[in-house]
Amino acid sequence: MAAEAPLVSIRGLELGYPVRSGLFKRVVGSVRAVAGVDLDIRRGETLGLVGESGCGKTSLGKAMLQLERPTGGEVLLDCGGARRDLCRMRQGELREARRRMQIVFQDPYSSLNPAFTIYGSLEDAMRRYGLATRAERRRRLGELLEAVNMRPEHMDRYPSEFSGGQRQRIGIARALSADPELVVCDEAVSALDVSIRAQVLNLLLKLKAERGLTYLFISHDLSVVEYVSDRIAVMYLGRIVELAGTEELYSNPLHPYTRALLSAIPIADPDRARRRIVLEGDVPSPVDPPPGCPFHPRCPDRVEECSRVPPALRTHMIKGEAHAAACHLAKE
Amino acid sequence: MPERRARAGRSRLDGKLDRIREAEEAGLLEHARGSRALRKMLGNRLSLLGLAVFSAIVLSALLAPWICRYDPQKIDLRSVLRPPSAAHLFGTDKLGRDIFSRVLHGGRISILVGLGSALGAAAIGILLGSYGGYKGGPADRAFLRLSEVFMAFPQIILVLLLVSIVGQSVSNLVLIFVATGWGSIYRMTRARMLSIREEEYVQALRAFGLPDLLICYKHMLPNALGPIMVNITLSTAMFILQEAALSFLGLGVPLEIATWGNILNAANDINVLARYWWIWLPVGSVISLFVLSVNFIGDGLRDSADPSQLG
Repeated sequence: MAAEAPLVSIRGLELGYPVRSGLFKRVVGSVRAVAGVDLDIRRGETLGLVGESGCGKTSLGKAMLQLERPTGGEVLLDCGGARRDLCRMRQGELREARRRMQIVFQDPYSSLNPAFTIYGSLEDAMRRYGLATRAERRRRLGELLEAVNMRPEHMDRYPSEFSGGQRQRIGIARALSADPELVVCDEAVSALDVSIRAQVLNLLLKLKAERGLTYLFISHDLSVVEYVSDRIAVMYLGRIVELAGTEELYSNPLHPYTRALLSAIPIADPDRARRRIVLEGDVPSPVDPPPGCPFHPRCPDRVEECSRVPPALRTHMIKGEAHAAACHLAKE
Repeated sequence: MPERRARAGRSRLDGKLDRIREAEEAGLLEHARGSRALRKMLGNRLSLLGLAVFSAIVLSALLAPWICRYDPQKIDLRSVLRPPSAAHLFGTDKLGRDIFSRVLHGGRISILVGLGSALGAAAIGILLGSYGGYKGGPADRAFLRLSEVFMAFPQIILVLLLVSIVGQSVSNLVLIFVATGWGSIYRMTRARMLSIREEEYVQALRAFGLPDLLICYKHMLPNALGPIMVNITLSTAMFILQEAALSFLGLGVPLEIATWGNILNAANDINVLARYWWIWLPVGSVISLFVLSVNFIGDGLRDSADPSQLG
């Protein structure tokens, strides 16, 4: 597993939005939504990405897919042995690379074009990916809809005729229509009702097994991420603060932020005692991040060093597994 | 009678469900085929009425030379200011010209100016506005400023200026209306596209690597069209009235050519207004009817182009 090259390697990825102000809209600073992220996504795994709202999870996903062009760093995609940097690609090359990475969106109500039938809105994409005749495209879309437990005749209906769960499954079918290797699930089940959520999650897992997909699973819901992920990365203020295998992370969190997050998961057992870690204050503004460790103003365990030196993401070997954390106090 | 009692305990909704099931079994709820937009348009009675009135006026204007017995320009000083009669349906004006014939012939010019200018302005506004709203960039900013300049400048001065440069004729009038009118549709389209751009389906299309032009004009534009349709119909009406106003000032269509505006302007003195109602009432009513029918059609088009409404 470790010997195999990762499907995607993200190195020092940055995504900043300019902050303009004044009469002439001069750029006076930038919001670093993604502030230097290193991350490997291994072929065939599900990598969970968690963090609170506004921490840059979605921005990381979009920057990786080049839906927002990153302002720095590189995204290396394994193209049949050769590793190509997506950030340096020109539009034409990027078009070819795009079919290998697709995305499932959060909001089932804005993710389908209301003006077209399902077939109508997917027709152009499928033509681009080599299905020249209408009959071929309809057959392929029919298969895809069946793969997400819908009926082929649904392709001639409009999005307004479907429920949220159905729309989300159509969104999954759309992502699969390009036959991708990597699918970014951006809060793919967050907007769904709890009863539908399990159904869609299991569908995602089934499709992954059948098609050998790799998932980057972005969510703020820790129990969902625990259920689907092989490894989990925790994000805070545009940076990865902890990265470990799912079991290891949940049983032995090294970063105080992860500990606080985990203590917030409700447990269905009133007798079990547990210590809630309640964080003080709000997430600092990404326009003006604190010096040193970005988490130190809210950290219950902070020491003097934390406000001066930003901690690097260091990898510790625990029980033969890599467990990385960006904290001065993290010990094996 | 247990069955009857069961029936009595049923609510209205049960009855409704039964009817739906019956319809379903009879195969009546087959998924509708054909164009959804056309179906919705035909289901809207008010817009059908508008379409009927609109077609009647346009057809009679087009067929004017075959319908009318009189030449709209022919002066007959033996019969001036005659009230409506069998010989002159809408009566005659101060120069003895047949008003019915003038209204029909005038319609050709007025509708051409109104509809032509509105469609021309819309074509430019939509073409530039959708791509500008979707992609942004320096060209978009330049067009935005240009449209602001055109909208902020007093239109009458602009028209004066342009008329003195290019001369006074029907085609120049259309040209001027298009030049001064594209800005509002450009801004409206641009604003709609700015909000549609953030929808996730647009991101999905970009993730497929589809060309920008295809995403912009095929996939996004249909969702922006609703309010634009209404704007086009409103500006048709506005241009017809503007043509009337400019002709009155002697800047629009040359006075000897019959247009709705030129006919109406014969009523510019109180004497005519008070005593010779047939000079202004028929043509005024035709203008109102036409504008109203265009607005109804616009409403229907907006509803049928709005994908969020079921149908």
